[in-house]
Amino acid sequence: MSAEALERLVDRFSSEVVRTHAEHGDETVVLRGERLVEICSFLRTDLVCAFEMLSDLTAVDYLNVKSPRFEVVYHLYSLSRNHRLRLKVELEDGEPAVPSVMSVWKSANWMEREAWDLYGIRFEGHPDLRRILTYDEFQGHPLRKDYDMEHRQPRIPPREGQRHL
Amino acid sequence: MSSEKLLGQEAAVTTVKAAEGFFRRLLNKNETVQNAVNWGRRWSFFQYPFVTACCGMEYMATAGPRYDYARFGAELPRFSPRQADLLMVVGTISHKQAPVLRTVYEQMAEPKWVISFGVCASSGGFYRNYATVQGIDTIIPVDVYIPGCPPRPEAVLDAIMMLQEKVKEERRPLLPIVD
Repeated sequence: MSAEALERLVDRFSSEVVRTHAEHGDETVVLRGERLVEICSFLRTDLVCAFEMLSDLTAVDYLNVKSPRFEVVYHLYSLSRNHRLRLKVELEDGEPAVPSVMSVWKSANWMEREAWDLYGIRFEGHPDLRRILTYDEFQGHPLRKDYDMEHRQPRIPPREGQRHL
Repeated sequence: MSSEKLLGQEAAVTTVKAAEGFFRRLLNKNETVQNAVNWGRRWSFFQYPFVTACCGMEYMATAGPRYDYARFGAELPRFSPRQADLLMVVGTISHKQAPVLRTVYEQMAEPKWVISFGVCASSGGFYRNYATVQGIDTIIPVDVYIPGCPPRPEAVLDAIMMLQEKVKEERRPLLPIVD
């Protein structure tokens, strides 16, 4: 569907593209992370690509399945041209980090916080990278495959202003 | 001011306090009074429904006309913990919510009782994961546990009757002893 957009992307940023594939008309491109913001703003502003909307941003943990361990996945949608594109950035274990795309799509804000909260992937340049689903005192990142299923979180004290006795 | 007069006043206060303590103890030991108070307490539970999940439907069914726990005197849910004496924890409690539940419990005045409604509240149920408290008895004391996912209204009525039996046998001081 978005073969044309994919072609333009590969032409322009050939050094950043690791590989591409398409399945049932769903184009996917695996990218290196360094120039991600530049690539994303091209995808948004280019008239052929015109991906105005970031419909999803998530992460995958491939522990003991493949290397590199983490993948951050971006699902883009063009409202004006009605086509979609999937971007992936592969990240090594350790302290995985990727540039934040909040400057391109504001909707990345909470989705990046979610990926940070549950997978511990840092989004560099994010203005407010706090946990979003769990709470500040939470230990670890629960959707990582090496998070112990039987691990129990310690009890937390009441928040400021929560206690009216 | 003479010192004799002061001593006289102090002696009077001590005598009155001693008399008061005597009557309080007498009242607290009095079986008839205890039984009367317990009768009043167990037939007029004012419950605070802390409803967080699907068990709430069964709670409503129990409160409705078909099962009607008003027959057991527990007909008035109070939506302020200050006015309630029976805390019903109905549903899953997450770690994030735990301090809130603890605060609600502490806001209730004595005497107070707790019913853990359904398996999620009692043990975490099938939410054996990082987000859920594995039983509210890790946060607050519980008097009666109701199993079931969700429990049938009959089970809830049974729990209320069990709690009534428990309250019937209670011997807690009716008046605080100040010595």
